[in-house]
Amino acid sequence: MRRQFHSPIVLLGARLLSPYIMVFGWYVIIHGHYSPGGGFQGGALLAASVLLIRVAGGRRVARLQIQEFATTPLAVIGVVIYFATGLVAMAMGGYFLDYSALPIPGMEPEWLRYTGILIIEVGIGLAVMAILVMIYDNMVRGEDYA
Amino acid sequence: MVLFAGILIFAASDLPFRGDPDNLMHAEESITGTTVKGNYFIKNAYRDTRTPNMVTVVLGDYRSIDTFGEQVVIYTAGLITLLVLRKTRRRRT
Repeated sequence: MRRQFHSPIVLLGARLLSPYIMVFGWYVIIHGHYSPGGGFQGGALLAASVLLIRVAGGRRVARLQIQEFATTPLAVIGVVIYFATGLVAMAMGGYFLDYSALPIPGMEPEWLRYTGILIIEVGIGLAVMAILVMIYDNMVRGEDYA
Repeated sequence: MVLFAGILIFAASDLPFRGDPDNLMHAEESITGTTVKGNYFIKNAYRDTRTPNMVTVVLGDYRSIDTFGEQVVIYTAGLITLLVLRKTRRRRT
């Protein structure tokens, strides 16, 4: 959407709503051990908060938040967090994605598994958020050049 | 449409009750004699990982390679939109 909305009310409403959606997304990711939720759902919520600003504000406002070239590296970082967790566990003598072999000192294997699940949920959330934003950006850009 | 709904309702009337401990899927052994893996997950999920949410344990720990595959699928979908939808300047001329 190259042309910008000239309604400040829409932009103000989106600005009011977006941080709360983002905080709730992080809550869904991190609290996934105790309540329904997890990486995919929380990542979708984070993407919703980013896309709300993009739809309401247009490209010029969206450039202030997450830039278009930054979505692909974020997705790669999310996938690499998951994969590196498995590889580190494998390098430390366990199986692939066996979190009880992670090299964090002073933790029992059960709490190491707990931490490992948390790490990979954050990775999934980052990847899902970045990819949903990336799909939106690519669709909008393809429309502009057509 | 009505016939299809009737078939579905007739099929649903024969389903077992939820949470009945005598169900086939809650048995220790299945019909073919193999052990059911769900029993192990239900018994040991909290003891292995100290996580009360059993779904998170199954998705993130016991079936973590499957979840990794899901993430790679989403990542591939994003890359395909990047390849298909983004038009280069070379095509405009």
